[in-house]
Amino acid sequence: MSDERRPTPKLDDLEKGPWPSFVREMKRAAEGSAMADQLLGVLELSYGDRVGHWKHGGVVGVRGYGAGVIGRYSDVPEQFPEVAQFHTMRVNHPAGWFYKTDALRKVCDIWEKHGSGLTNLHGATGDIILLGMKTESLEPVFAELTENGFDLGGSGSVVRTPSCCVGPARCEWACFDTLALTYDLTQHYQDEIHRPSLPYKFKIKASGCPNDCVAAIARADLSIIGTWRDAIDVDQEAVGTYAADGLDVRATVCDRCPSKCMAWDGTSLDIDNSACVRCMHCINVMPKALRPGLERGACILIGGKAPIVSGAMLSSVLVPFMKLEPPYTELKELIGKILELWGDEGKNRERVGEFIQRVGLGSFLEAIGLEPMPEMVKHPRENPYVFYEEYFEEEK
Amino acid sequence: MPDIAKRKTDIGPPHYEQFLPPIIKANYGKWKYHEIPRPGVLVHVGETGDRLYTVRAGSPRLLSVQTIRQICDLADKYCDGYLRFTSRHNIEFLLTDPAKIDLLIADLATAGFPVGGTGNALSNIVHTQGWIHCHSAATDASGIVKALMDELIGHFTSMDLPGKLRVALACCVNMCGAVHCSDIAILGIHRRPPKINHDRLPKMCELPTVVASCPTAAIRPVRKDGHETVEVAEELCMFCGNCYTVCPAMPLNDPLNDGVSIWVGGKVSNARSEPGFSKLAIPFLPNNPPRWPEVVDAVKKLVDVWAANARPYERMGEWIERIGWPRFFRLTGIEFTKQHIDDFRHAETTFRRSVHVKR
Repeated sequence: MSDERRPTPKLDDLEKGPWPSFVREMKRAAEGSAMADQLLGVLELSYGDRVGHWKHGGVVGVRGYGAGVIGRYSDVPEQFPEVAQFHTMRVNHPAGWFYKTDALRKVCDIWEKHGSGLTNLHGATGDIILLGMKTESLEPVFAELTENGFDLGGSGSVVRTPSCCVGPARCEWACFDTLALTYDLTQHYQDEIHRPSLPYKFKIKASGCPNDCVAAIARADLSIIGTWRDAIDVDQEAVGTYAADGLDVRATVCDRCPSKCMAWDGTSLDIDNSACVRCMHCINVMPKALRPGLERGACILIGGKAPIVSGAMLSSVLVPFMKLEPPYTELKELIGKILELWGDEGKNRERVGEFIQRVGLGSFLEAIGLEPMPEMVKHPRENPYVFYEEYFEEEK
Repeated sequence: MPDIAKRKTDIGPPHYEQFLPPIIKANYGKWKYHEIPRPGVLVHVGETGDRLYTVRAGSPRLLSVQTIRQICDLADKYCDGYLRFTSRHNIEFLLTDPAKIDLLIADLATAGFPVGGTGNALSNIVHTQGWIHCHSAATDASGIVKALMDELIGHFTSMDLPGKLRVALACCVNMCGAVHCSDIAILGIHRRPPKINHDRLPKMCELPTVVASCPTAAIRPVRKDGHETVEVAEELCMFCGNCYTVCPAMPLNDPLNDGVSIWVGGKVSNARSEPGFSKLAIPFLPNNPPRWPEVVDAVKKLVDVWAANARPYERMGEWIERIGWPRFFRLTGIEFTKQHIDDFRHAETTFRRSVHVKR
């Protein structure tokens, strides 16, 4: 196909330079795919007229699912017929994004046979993204994926593909098993992931510690972030080694502690754990000396989202501390109550965070059966306009 | 329909356990500590003394099957076929033999993959699809990321920064890239109200849904040339694109007015300061493909000023919090404009309600 390739001078410029080039990727795929070849043409066109050339929507999917495929059509189909239909398939990634090469090669073989040969590893929610296929290819790709142990992820108004950090597989800070929980929840919510039944998307992300490597607090409606309840585990000798090796423990560790709960006298690190907010800074700086405590679990937060529709939100505390052990009954019951309430009463395209804003966190808690706790707020209300549902009347 | 009975559905993803290398299975949940012996290389030490080496390489996120196979070849050669990816699109090779690290890094260099992104460094730029695949993109994603990483790669391959630097790009305010909590966020924006196609709108869109989609109630139903359609009160439009998401007959894409805004000082980690949103630094820069020089220069300048002034471990937002916003604008030379002052919901909570002013 390369001999008939149209010139792409603007994109060619992006093949230069030290960072790996996405244009090189498109050209490699174009060696075996007319779709990838014409995608280069579409993008060069956009680089010239500074506007995208994709139309949204159209209901496309695989039988029995209402999610996992994003319909996409070109607005210049006569010029680029091979990408007139250019749908995306979201393939649910293995928890923690671990692979063995034989599995990854299998996905490549399927995708080379049926699609553009271009992927994202990975998409924003975590899925393997198969980028660009025709409607007729959806069922064959789906059949071959499931035959090889892969399934689709979520899209639209569903529980989206849950994702998590590397967790206990390769991190000493994991306060719960992020991979086991994510796999369990993903299996538990297969129906809710594949068949839209909610007011809008519902994202679940699990980070093993407050460093939050999967950005759960910003990117998930339900954010599960590891923490601990007891004291930071200190190896005083190892702290001394850091100091001897040149680390200014007072300036770099103690002075940067947000709750100023630690002091270093040159021989011993003294931590007032009752004042500690468990932010991770001291542990991040001295991983050989400090570790999260032993009584580990997670903080459950609710409502994080990007701006659409009514403004961006960070998740806020719903359950300050929850032990997370299989079969995760307490967490699943909580999620079940949230999905039921918001599913029934949320408006179309209203994320759960916006729903809580509309009905009030207090009323939301009451409806899902959680007691209000001071940990849920920065401070009690300042606004004196207080709602009460009932009032007394003089008996007659 | 006999094939329906055979058709597999709802099997979920492959179980992660089958993809974990033996050393991880043996040390699962029993890691003791880790170190960063050099940029891009981690060593995790288990309670038993086992040592797992990770080599982290940057990728363009958009990968061809040919390149994925090339990556698999390296994982087969050095890692018994085990590898993983990070939440920021990096590739991680998992090794048990430290003698193989240099050989792997040399092979990665030959294949064009830089090694880095660890510790106090720039990690890969999380980004969206842009003009490659998105209908609502106000800018391209991959092109800006490539142009920027070509310039900033030295901060990826070394650990020469005061703290972690997390850059993200979203090509519109839908923010598939969730850029809103990044040290530096690059956000595509539209700046003109939707151009309504009154012929197609009544056929394609549900009027009540379109009207309800607008967060500022700028959309009203009207009757035009015998059609039931909508009109937009343009002075209320903040170019969010919600209407276009529910109604393709209301496109916002516009080459003259679309472009890029730059936001700073957000983070998701709880380390030290609380997680928080990025704040507006530069309201608008033009789309100037293929290398967006205005955007690249602006981001480089922000990185340089922060790197020169921040204390160890101080993220962009923590540095700005310490020096104050007036000084941030002075040091960076960025003009403070009307657009920097919020005027959406709860805007007043962002006004300075004291006389505490750092100068």
